[in-house]
Amino acid sequence: FLHLRGHKTLRKHCTEKYHNITTWTSKLCLFFPISTQTCHTELHAGQYYTLPPAHMRTLFPHGLPPRFQMQMKTFNEACVMVRQPALELITCLRKADYSEPALRYVLYGEKGCGKTLSLCHVLHFCSTQGWLVLHIPDAHLWVKNCRELLPSSSRPGRFDQPIQALNWLKNFKTTNEHFLSKIKTTQRYVWTKRESTEEGRPLGELVDQGVSRVKSSSDVVGALLRELRLQAGGAAEGAFRLAVAVDGVNALWGKTTLKKEDKSEVLPEELTLIHNLRKMLRNDWCGGAILTTLSQTGSLFKPRSAYLPMELLGEEGFDNMDPFVPIPVSNYSDKEFESCYLYYLDRNWLQHPHSRTEDGKKELIFLSSRNPSILERLCAFL
Amino acid sequence: MAACRAVRAVLVKCGKSSWTSVPRPPQTDRQLLSRQICVSSAAWRKNLAAAGPEKFSEEYIKKQVEEFNIGKRHLANIMGEDPETFTQEDIDRSIAYLFPSGLFEKRARPVMKVTVQWGEDGRPFHYMFYTGKQAYYSLMHDTFGKVLALEKYQDSMRNKGLFTKDTRQMSLTGSRWLLKEELEELLVENISDHDYTRFLQLMERLLSMPYCAMEEEFVQRFRRQLEVQSSKQEIPAVQHDENGVAFSQAEGRRKTAKASIKLRDCGTGSITINGKSYLLYFPVLQDREQLMFPLHFVDMLGRFNVEASVEGGGHCAQAGALRLAVSRALLSFVSAGEMESMRQAGLLTPDPRVKERKKPGQAGARKKFTWKKR
Repeated sequence: FLHLRGHKTLRKHCTEKYHNITTWTSKLCLFFPISTQTCHTELHAGQYYTLPPAHMRTLFPHGLPPRFQMQMKTFNEACVMVRQPALELITCLRKADYSEPALRYVLYGEKGCGKTLSLCHVLHFCSTQGWLVLHIPDAHLWVKNCRELLPSSSRPGRFDQPIQALNWLKNFKTTNEHFLSKIKTTQRYVWTKRESTEEGRPLGELVDQGVSRVKSSSDVVGALLRELRLQAGGAAEGAFRLAVAVDGVNALWGKTTLKKEDKSEVLPEELTLIHNLRKMLRNDWCGGAILTTLSQTGSLFKPRSAYLPMELLGEEGFDNMDPFVPIPVSNYSDKEFESCYLYYLDRNWLQHPHSRTEDGKKELIFLSSRNPSILERLCAFL
Repeated sequence: MAACRAVRAVLVKCGKSSWTSVPRPPQTDRQLLSRQICVSSAAWRKNLAAAGPEKFSEEYIKKQVEEFNIGKRHLANIMGEDPETFTQEDIDRSIAYLFPSGLFEKRARPVMKVTVQWGEDGRPFHYMFYTGKQAYYSLMHDTFGKVLALEKYQDSMRNKGLFTKDTRQMSLTGSRWLLKEELEELLVENISDHDYTRFLQLMERLLSMPYCAMEEEFVQRFRRQLEVQSSKQEIPAVQHDENGVAFSQAEGRRKTAKASIKLRDCGTGSITINGKSYLLYFPVLQDREQLMFPLHFVDMLGRFNVEASVEGGGHCAQAGALRLAVSRALLSFVSAGEMESMRQAGLLTPDPRVKERKKPGQAGARKKFTWKKR
């Protein structure tokens, strides 16, 4: 069934096979902290829950959108709304069969609808379930604004990005500390004449190698991805599930703004990081899931109104990503808007007296058209 | 022939201007006249300057009046009417017929009239002549006379014991006092601001007395009707589509932008502009606020669906055009009182401001080139 292209038929099939997403039960849109993640069902839709701060520091050193980080700092807590796309994704993940090749999920929607935050929500769920989280916060950062572009030491015709690779390795280390000692390498990797990593060494050593030797960090990333791919969902003893999360996956198949010394454009395939990531996104490995988001915000050479997978991924990208499970993310529904509004009221974020009236609420609905990011920006100066 | 010439000779003045002294031979002799005609106009003008400013002496005025009468008789003969019964109106009619003028200013057209304001014995006709502004002062005098008359009437009613304060009052709503320019036109005289203020004060005093309704006719002469603005608005018709949903169409313009919309009832409050959502089309908050203004003013924010198409101009101009179009379309769903308040809020007025043209010798419409002292 995975080779079906039409997204409607695929979705229907998914929903039939996995879960019946029922209609809303009309409940009071209160928010309250839910301690355990696994309790999330449709009953909790529209309600907020708090992410414990300890988790935040380990899981999301780099993953959250900057405005949400500012809100976290202001409110001194990380409160995320439980929304339908995230719920759908979680149910799919719960019911998926992990002996089959990894399923690809693509969250798409208009600008500012909450794709990145939904992804973060799902990642939090995965980490509480004990998965290994491989989170690339924004793939667009790897295709633009790179200061140092080194020709690759291992392969001719490819380019390394040491700084980006280094940053990412550091963040990966923070996120998945406890896995690094458990997983062992399966192959010997030679970095230079004098340095190599033997077979059977813990992954932590591999990561440290990349962190200390900046020049070979991109290759280290490639090796890391390969190891994880081979070992995810493998033997029962060290079995773990791998969640590959890429935000802004359309960057992998778009254009870059990087230039070689002779001013010719660099194609995405010529970048080591991108090349390895593309290999990761192929569903030829088992024991995990691939969660991606499309993003127009950081994308290059794409019009502002583009949000559908076909538009943003392009022909090549679509062919590579296909088949996938598309999950649309839309603006707030009435219920969700109520919930967000009550949350802001409760946190005394809406200071203006008029905003507490019915009239003010209608104005807010109109001006933001129920778009989460625009609503947040509006309320910021009220 | 001679008659024509005589008429022309007399008819040198127009309207309010003063007499011009025409150098005339002492007799209306044909030969002398013929000689006069050969004189060039340059010499004629020189003569005038040499004579000095005209003096309104008695004989001078008498002479002019004689000439006028003779000319009048000649004119009557020309027109084929009886000279004895030729009145001033007939004179005016004949002059307008013989000398048709395309000038707009009536006072600049040729006129044949004796406008001297005093009679043969030297005494002025009007009893207020020596005040200088006879029409104005006579008006003030009459009005004050009326005030005194009303007071007298009031006293007489009090004596009879029939005095009541709640008499029929004049309706003054919807009309305004004459402006200073209009009053000047009425009185054919120049009035200062101070005079005008005093006139208004006296009128107000007249109106403040009970029984002023008796002088209604007199007062109404000095009042003009105000036009009711809101009655001029065109309300677009409400149509119904196949499902019975009411909708109305309207257009709006601002600078170079033109917008046309369809406003549908029983909607969710969604707005589509040129096929796109209004959030995508107007990323700037200010434009969305402009769009919100008319709907928010009449408290119908979530009720209507708007399908709009707009072209031309920039984003602000397009937002302004859409706002005007939405207000106009809303008129058909709104009561008359609300329409009036919308008009007063400025929602229904098309903005007349357009880009001012650039002038030669300047960098822009107002900006001048750098001023160098030398």
